[in-house]
Amino acid sequence: MRIAIIGNGISGITAARTIRKRSNADIVVISAETDYFFSRTALMYVYMGHLRFEDTQPYEPWFWEKNRIELLRNWVDRVDFANKSIQFATGKMAYDKLILAAGSKSNRFGWPGQDLRRVSGLYSCQDLEKMESYSHDLRHAVIVGGGLIGIEMAEMFRSRGIGVTFLVREAGYWDMVLPPEESEMVGRHIREHGIDLRLNAELREIVDDGQGRACAVITNSGERIDCQYVGLTAGVSPNVDFLRETDLEIGKGILVNEFLETNIPDVYAIGDCAQLREPRPGRKPIEAVWYTGRMMGETVAYTLTGRKTAYDPGVWFNSAKFLDIEYQVYGEVPVQPGEGQAALYWEHPDGKRSIRIVYEQASGAVIGFNLMGVRFRHEVCDRWIRTKTPVEEVLQNLGAANFDPEFYRQFESALVDVYNRQSGKSVTLKKRRGMRL
Amino acid sequence: MKDVTNLSLSLVTPPAFRLNTGQKLGLTTAVLGVVLLLLALFGVHFPSPGAFLALSLGLMAAGGVWYARAAYDHDPAGIRNNGVWHRNLTARGAFAWGLGIVLTALYILLYWFPQYLGLGQDGAANTGLIALFDPLCMALEGNAASQWFVYGTLYTVAILVMGYKFIRKYRNNRYQVIRTISVMFFQLGFAFLLPEILLGLNKPYNDFKNMWPLNYYFFEGWHIKELIGNGTLGLFMLVWGVLMILLISPVLTWFYGKRWYCSWVCGCGGLAETAGDPFRHLSDKRVKAWRIERWMIHGVLVFATAMTIAVLYGVLDQAKGAYLITKAHLVWGVTGIFVLLAAFLFLRPKYFKNLAPVAKWIALGVAALLLVFLWTAYLKGSSRVFFMNPEPLRKWYGFLIGSAFSGVIGVGFYPLMGSRVWCRFGCPMAAILGIQQKFLSRFRIITNGGQCISCGNCSAYCEMGIDVRAYAQKGQDVVRASCVGCGICAAVCPRGVLRLENSAADVSERAGELRALRISESGVTVVR
Repeated sequence: MRIAIIGNGISGITAARTIRKRSNADIVVISAETDYFFSRTALMYVYMGHLRFEDTQPYEPWFWEKNRIELLRNWVDRVDFANKSIQFATGKMAYDKLILAAGSKSNRFGWPGQDLRRVSGLYSCQDLEKMESYSHDLRHAVIVGGGLIGIEMAEMFRSRGIGVTFLVREAGYWDMVLPPEESEMVGRHIREHGIDLRLNAELREIVDDGQGRACAVITNSGERIDCQYVGLTAGVSPNVDFLRETDLEIGKGILVNEFLETNIPDVYAIGDCAQLREPRPGRKPIEAVWYTGRMMGETVAYTLTGRKTAYDPGVWFNSAKFLDIEYQVYGEVPVQPGEGQAALYWEHPDGKRSIRIVYEQASGAVIGFNLMGVRFRHEVCDRWIRTKTPVEEVLQNLGAANFDPEFYRQFESALVDVYNRQSGKSVTLKKRRGMRL
Repeated sequence: MKDVTNLSLSLVTPPAFRLNTGQKLGLTTAVLGVVLLLLALFGVHFPSPGAFLALSLGLMAAGGVWYARAAYDHDPAGIRNNGVWHRNLTARGAFAWGLGIVLTALYILLYWFPQYLGLGQDGAANTGLIALFDPLCMALEGNAASQWFVYGTLYTVAILVMGYKFIRKYRNNRYQVIRTISVMFFQLGFAFLLPEILLGLNKPYNDFKNMWPLNYYFFEGWHIKELIGNGTLGLFMLVWGVLMILLISPVLTWFYGKRWYCSWVCGCGGLAETAGDPFRHLSDKRVKAWRIERWMIHGVLVFATAMTIAVLYGVLDQAKGAYLITKAHLVWGVTGIFVLLAAFLFLRPKYFKNLAPVAKWIALGVAALLLVFLWTAYLKGSSRVFFMNPEPLRKWYGFLIGSAFSGVIGVGFYPLMGSRVWCRFGCPMAAILGIQQKFLSRFRIITNGGQCISCGNCSAYCEMGIDVRAYAQKGQDVVRASCVGCGICAAVCPRGVLRLENSAADVSERAGELRALRISESGVTVVR
């Protein structure tokens, strides 16, 4: 049996590795982007000089041959689902099972000038090469879109002393995900790093310098900002254009059921390019993050090797780093507490660390944790949320969740104090860091 | 497609990765201090050596502090390895090769040709560089300086100045700050001042934190004689040295891992962590390098053990009962230790789950072989353990391991192979502590559930060449003999995935079962 996987990102590679652990099937992984799997999230560190590109590859080149995972560097033109054949510009390849793990592409919303040179997103290895090639005489860059990639790009340019104007459409940085206090904290930190953060600012057009290159942007307020590069980081969407106009059912992404099966037999879709027909309650149909891609890769591998397994992403979690501030989230943390929910928030006087716990008012059950500049244990938070542990029990044992390095100051008691002030109760902290539950 | 792997070799270093004005001025100041030393080395005679030495060391210290403040203080606290792979010096460029060659040459002069540094021959007064240090040495120990005094002073200055720089860089991380203060303290107090003061009081030189087998001459005849000839203090040093290796270090390693020594106390580790920090990413992370490492470091340990047994046997043979301890005690003692270790290996297998069977049999075979040689010599009444005079063994060990490996290669190759070449491939002390750490210690690095994004910063900045990411992305505890517990992997991780921990909770289960994201009957869960 030959299993073909289109895409060598975290989803496709996790699928390939897991299949290999469980079966002897022939595995071919196809990518036009790079020869070997690399960590997409680490591209920024190559630009900043923290890593060489090869350092972003988690496996040495011999790994693939040893594990009989064939890597094919080629561009897929289209897939002939009826004949189970992948068509390249030169030649074609038959498959028995097909896993589509083609990832995302950067959003472009039809801005005038978006296809000029010196304009790019940051998603692929080739995007990084473009950024590098524009960088030698780059003095000022404009970044459009206030999400996780935008701030990464800003950090990259700042590491080389390049000026950055950061246009964010919303009234606060990433404020459709972060509660106001956290959003404000990141906003302050962005400015502390010398980045010109413009809130409520949108891109109207990118100005051509007469030679097909970007030389400035015009914002929605009519202001012109001169620059030699424009970064488009207003999110990503599934990379599925090469699959359109086939029998494959596609919405925004490739539509899949809970077993990650598409409407065509023996064809599966995972990772950024997949859209769940029926996501679990509280979850989105497309979740373009590393962790869900990895889980989907494992899940589909089980299904393909004789153990049909439904995709269950468990309790939501994610993490990021906003310049120097680490961010972790476990469970559900709405921007504003929903009906019947309450939030507990503590912020350090330095304005760079905070802990937020969201819980149900009636039962006290915790539903989410938001951490800035503080590390919490994944297993512990996950268990508390799954077992609907009451907030007071969580607060008493909060030290068990502390994952900060040794000798770091502990802030659990400060959060307990906030709770006691808010509720008029007198909960006491019983567990300090380092004691396992 | 353009080859992105060669970005770091671009001809032009991006301007931001070049030095700023403050850094340049600081560096110039420090270099002026070095130039004074070079002038002395090349025969310039300073009218007042004491004042010029103070000026030189002062310039180096002030320049270092200036450089560090200019490099880090204007940015918000946070670890930034910007441009590490773009800068010539830290990316194995021409400067790195130049520095490597200069350091290597200095070590060669230091070990084998100290006369070129100005060491007075046959009772003549010192000249050149070493003469510059005479006043300081006179003040501390009442003697003219030796090449070792010069080396010890400069070594200490390097750890203090580069330690300050390290603290500025990692100032947001209390573990790093406290750990660095510790290595600076142990270098200044225990490795430099205390031994000098002892010498000044006409007592034996002793570095109380140094122990056999790093301190490979501990059981040599002249050293034992010196200690025994120095009354209660000497005897205390002898007993302390034996206790360190047999009792104190195993206990501390059980609770804290080998880091209590290698990255908190040790002088070699101290230099690697401070002066070597800019080169830590140069260690080889390939599986192949790990394989070479295991053969080399354990080979050196066997060499050190065999050499010490032979030398001690020779010493006791010659003493003919003048010491409390006799040849018979040594033979039975060594046999007892080996038998105890072997018994432990077989009777407590739960601690050795991660020991490859082949490694176990090799270890037993080597121990048996050593015992056969020892007993043959003892029963035959011979004075030679390996049918040979221990002297060449001792000399070759001192030359190959003590000098060439630990000094010339260990430090000279910092800019090319990273800061822990000696600690990783050669140090017999690290080998012993590593075996203890792997099987008999609470220490491990744990990973935070499924939060790893496989970015590779942890592996890249591991000075010991451990592929930390390989563990982190599987959610597996890192339990490795070579880990010195410096904590940099956890510090540079952008997702807070790693934590150094001492826990007795599941000590015999460490690294046994994967703690990974896996699929169970109930779906995808984090399982332990």
